[in-house]
Formats: sequence, structure tokens, C-alpha cells
Amino acid sequence: MALLEIQDLHASVDGHEILKGVNLTVNAGEVHSIMGPNGSGKSTLAAVLARRETYEVTGGRVLFDGKDLLEMKPEDAAREGVFLAFQYPVEIPGIGNAYFLRSALNAIRKHRGEDELDAMDFLPVYKQHMKLLEMDEKLMNRSVNEGFSGGEKKRNEILQMAVLQPRLAILDETDSGLDIDALRIVAQGVNAMRSPDRGFLVITHYQRLLEYIATDFVHVLVDGKIVRSGGPELALELEDKGYGSAEADAQAALSA
Amino acid sequence: MNGTSKESGSEKVMATVTGRPNTYLEAYGELIAQRQERDPVWLRQLREDAWTRFHAKGFPTTHDEDWRFTNLAAMAKIPFQRAVKGSVAVSAREIEPFRVRDAACQLVFVNGHFAPALSELSDLPKGLEICSLESAIDCGMVGAAPEGCASDGIEQHLGRYADARRDVFTALNSALWEDGAYVRIRRGANIPEPIHLLYVSAGAGAEIMTHPRTLIVAEPTCHAAVIEDYVSLGSEAAFSNSVTELVAGQDAVVSHYLVERENLAAFNVSTLRLEQARGANVSSHSILMGGGLVRNNVHPVLSGDGAECLINGLFVGAGTQHLDNYMLVEHAQPQCSSRQFYNGILDGSARGVFHGRIVVHKDAQKTDAKQTNRNLLLSDNARIDTKPQLEIYADDVKCTHGATIGQIEEEQLFYLRSRGIDEVSARNTLLYAFAAECLDRMQDPAAREFAEGLIRERISELARNRQTAVSRAPVEEEEVQHWEEVR
Repeated sequence: MALLEIQDLHASVDGHEILKGVNLTVNAGEVHSIMGPNGSGKSTLAAVLARRETYEVTGGRVLFDGKDLLEMKPEDAAREGVFLAFQYPVEIPGIGNAYFLRSALNAIRKHRGEDELDAMDFLPVYKQHMKLLEMDEKLMNRSVNEGFSGGEKKRNEILQMAVLQPRLAILDETDSGLDIDALRIVAQGVNAMRSPDRGFLVITHYQRLLEYIATDFVHVLVDGKIVRSGGPELALELEDKGYGSAEADAQAALSA
Repeated sequence: MNGTSKESGSEKVMATVTGRPNTYLEAYGELIAQRQERDPVWLRQLREDAWTRFHAKGFPTTHDEDWRFTNLAAMAKIPFQRAVKGSVAVSAREIEPFRVRDAACQLVFVNGHFAPALSELSDLPKGLEICSLESAIDCGMVGAAPEGCASDGIEQHLGRYADARRDVFTALNSALWEDGAYVRIRRGANIPEPIHLLYVSAGAGAEIMTHPRTLIVAEPTCHAAVIEDYVSLGSEAAFSNSVTELVAGQDAVVSHYLVERENLAAFNVSTLRLEQARGANVSSHSILMGGGLVRNNVHPVLSGDGAECLINGLFVGAGTQHLDNYMLVEHAQPQCSSRQFYNGILDGSARGVFHGRIVVHKDAQKTDAKQTNRNLLLSDNARIDTKPQLEIYADDVKCTHGATIGQIEEEQLFYLRSRGIDEVSARNTLLYAFAAECLDRMQDPAAREFAEGLIRERISELARNRQTAVSRAPVEEEEVQHWEEVR
């Protein structure tokens, strides 16, 4: 059984159809990249999978581990193992970073029937991951993402992913706004988490991230549909020719 | 010099309030007869002047600028009665849930009357003198104040600060008060544990009114915290109209906590008048959770050089609660600073008011005054009126204000939920973080812990309401008001 199976997914925001029939299958152990121009629906796809309620699903179905993902609330999806690394991580004043992540972890552990972790058990794990991501320990007790630099916010997303250990990790333009050093650290964090029972959906605008994260499949999303799929070489081709050519090629293939 | 007088407006108001029940007059008549032999002359005069004032002015209407957002018409019609002393039996067990952990002492009043059996006054910290105001007056009359009941400062202070001429509720209280607390903190005394004054309204079959009067004299360089706490037993309507005068001597550091957690039928008007000498550092913390119609007046006068005042508050309303905060900060001397921070959370059809008026007198150069009012509206029917006012007669001053109105951000809610935190907990977390800003400004550990418990409980009730409106705009807060300059 596939980890994620998206069938003819349609979704709208404020009455505008953004996703117009997306089909995609991700098996455990695979890394899939979704590339495409701005406004093609990449972030909408990520948000729908994370069950953001401002996006209305108007057709199709999505199975996660055989379960109907579209029936789930955001917290249910998270507890089942879906994780979204936000393109723009949200600042939450007044809530400590470590406290927040421990609450999240415990919600997920409780769902799995595992014991909740107290601060004493949690902190060593947390600090260890911070170290791997080269994050300043001072960020631990600061409010979630508040006053973080762009790079710190993105690393914080990866930190959360590392602690929560999802089955499906969706990275929404995690590379945007990162310098090379930060990009390398973030990519290392992702690579360290690759495993036979975990799938990745890496959404990116640029091929650059894929130099650091080895992808198995590349899909091109244009105007709410996947117009081409291929191996990692497709990313390089897109970098050379741009998304216009991919779209044109797809159109040509369809009409041929 | 004070340009705040609203004489002309008030005179007009008087004519319109004719349906006032005569229970106030009855209460005054009874009280005067009862107190005839016991009140000293100065106090009798105070009562008489205040009564004349109340009788002439009556309750304000919404035509009065200071009461524009709070309609008292329904309250003014209710024939509230004085509570007969000892008419309602309250057990220690009923009071137990309201106790404050680690308090220095606790004075309990039931329907406005001191209840010694319910109070805890053993092992008083050194430098603290505390007793009921009525007993202090009575002791003073016979001329032999027992230990812990020193009445010698009362005449000097009582009624000297709270202005019965300006405010009818102060007038009503000054005429009709029967008891309250008298707290004196001796020079240099350091009392970190809070002094807890608990005012209990307990159903007596009729609609009860009380006019608690508190006098807190904090002598120079002392350090103390006082919690004034209003609670109900049962669900009957009651009217509490309290006045507290807190006199802070030179370099005294004093915190006052007002906690309103009465039932939803309660009417509560409280007036806190702070008088600050040179270098005195006073904090007023208001936590309004309960009550149907609440008016919270805080009026510091910085009358010594270099005095500092913090006015910190949180009001949380739901249903049809009406929570009105009226701040009047007077800078009378140079080099003083005042900080106002009020956060409001309103759900259902609740209505909140924040009226922040800063008066900078002619001599108050180098004044530094700041005011911030932030509000979260959780429903489309909730409403906040926020009104910053500046009245300024000096030229070298720094005054800033900011007011915002927002909702819970959908984006923040989704972020928390996307990590596995359920919707109610996520909402609770966000509301609590907003509410808890006021806790960071509380310096007294036991009082702070007490406040934290109250806030947690109230916020978790609100968070369970799934109808909460959320904002989809990424930046939802808006500046809502500019200074209204008054001269």
C-alpha cells in the first residue's frame, strides 16, 4: 500500500480553483519533489495535505496509509504522521519554543498510545537536535519563531520534524530565503531522516535544494496539474529550459 | 489645577434620573441613626457632604462623557437594600475555595460586614497593622486603640483623596460605607506575602448593596502587596460599590490587585485612588473575570517627584458581560512615569470599554506616560470601545498610546494544530498567551501565582467555545484610535 495516494484532487480558495486534478503516489522510503512556477498550486497542495481549512477540497480523494486524509482535521493528520514544514513559519508570541514542541510531541505520543514525556525526558532530545541543526540554545525558551531570523525559522521547522518523526514530511519551499550554509544544514537535517518507512514531498521553486537532497522523482506542477514527471534529471532540465518548456512539452505530448 | 470638571454636563444629568429608588435614602437614614454616637464629627461631615452630592447628582447617564459607553439605567432602578449584619451565615468551608495561598493574612467581609471568624489574622508580619475600618473608627472614638488597630492615621487620610465631588459613586460610597479594611504598613516594613481582602456577596433573599471602603496607608520605604477580591456565593444580583484609597509614602513600593470574580448578575463599581509621594512606586493590577456590569476606576495621582506608576489589567468577558475600565492618570509633579497596559478578551455579546485619560499638570515637566490597550474579539457580537485621552498643561513631556483590536489568527491556530495540538488546546494556548502578558508585570510571586490560576481557569472556559471567530488576514491588528486632546 502506498504511503500517500492523491487521486484527481481539486481544491479552491475563496471560490477560485487552484488544484485542477492532481494525481500523485508516494511510497514509503521515496523522496518526491514538486517543482513549478509561482502560483501553480504547490503551496495549496501542501496546505490541503496538512488539512488547512481555508482550502476547500472540491473533488478527488487522498489516502494516507489507506485512510481518508480529507476526512481528517489538521491535528488528526499530524497525529497520523503528516508533517508540514511551513514556507513562512508562524510567530506565536508568549509560547515557549520547547514547551510548544513538547506539547505537540505528547499529543502525538498519546495518539499512538505512548507515555507522555516530561520536561526532564524531553530536553536532552530537544537539545541534541538543536545541536545537529547548529541552532543557538537560547532559542529554546524564546517564543515560537518570534524574532527568529529567516534561517532560524526554517531550521526550527526541521527541528520540529526531527523531534516529531512523521511518516510523511512535506517541505514547502524550505529552501527559499536560505543562504548556502543554512541550506546545507537544513538539507543535512532532512537527509538524516530519510528512512525506508518515511516519505518526503519536497516542494521547491529552484533546483538548488535538490543538489543537497537526493530526490527519487521530480514532478512539474503547472496551473494546478502535474504536467510532467521524471527522475532527478528533470530538475536539471527545468533549470536550463524553465517551466515554460515543460508546460509546452506536456501540451505537445497531450495533443500528439 | 484640574480641567476635568464636568459640572455642566452632570447638572443636566441630574434632572433625568428621577426614578431612583428611595432605598438609598432609607439606607442613609438608617446608617446615620446607627452611627450617630460612633462616628466622629469629621466623618459625619464627610458622609453628609457626600450624601448631598449623590442626592443632587444621581447616577450618571450615557450623556455624561465619562459614562458614554456604560448604561446604568437598568441598575439605577433596582431597589438595592443594605445587608443586615450577620443576617447570612457563611461557613469557613464556603470561603475555602477563595483563599490565596501564602497570603500574609486575610480579612473576610460578608455582604460588606467584617467576619472575624472567617478571617485569618494570626502571626501578622512585623510592621503590618490591619483591622476592619469600622472597628478602627470605633476604637478611635473610645480613645483606646488595641494593638493591631491603630486608628490615628485615619482622619488624616480617609476621604482626602477619593473625590466625592467629582464622582457620584465615590459620593455614594462615602455616604453609605459601613465597613472595609484599614491597612497600615509601617515605615520600612517589607511584607512580600499578599494581604488578602475578600469581599463576599452572599444571597440574602433581597438584592443587596454594599459600599466597602478600604484605606491603605503605606508608609515611606515599605514594601507590600494587597489583593482586593470580590466573589459571590450563589447567583443573586448584588451591587458592590467600593472605594479604596491607597496612600504611598516616599519611596514606598506597593502593589494593589483587584480581582473581580463575582457571579454574572453582579453589579460592581470599584474606585481605586492612588496617592503617590516622591519616588513611590505603585502598581495597580486589575483582573476582571466575573460580574455582569463592572466599572473599574483607577485614578493615580503622581504628586511627588520621580514617582512611578504601573497600571496593568486584564478583562475577560463573555455572554452579556459589560466590563468598563476607566483610567485617569494625573501627573502633578515633574519626572514621574506612568505605564498603562490593558488587555481585553471578549466573547459572545460581551462589551468592553477602555477609557484611558492622562492629565499632565503645569508643573509636571519631564513626564513620561505610556498607554497600551490590546483587545481580542472572539465573536462578531462582542464589542470594545477604546478611548485614549490626553489633557496636557506642561510642554516637556513624552506621552504615547496604542490601541489594537484583533481576533485569534487562523494562521497561528493552524500552525499549532498542524503539529498535532487539538483545536481547543490550540485556542486555549493562544488566548492564554495573550492574557498572560499581564502576569509578566506582576512582581509579587504569591499574588502572581494566584492571578495565574484565575486566568488559566477562565481562559480554558472560553477556549471550549468552538464558535470563536478567527481572522484569516495574516496581520489582523489595527490601530484604532488617536489621542483625543482635551484642554
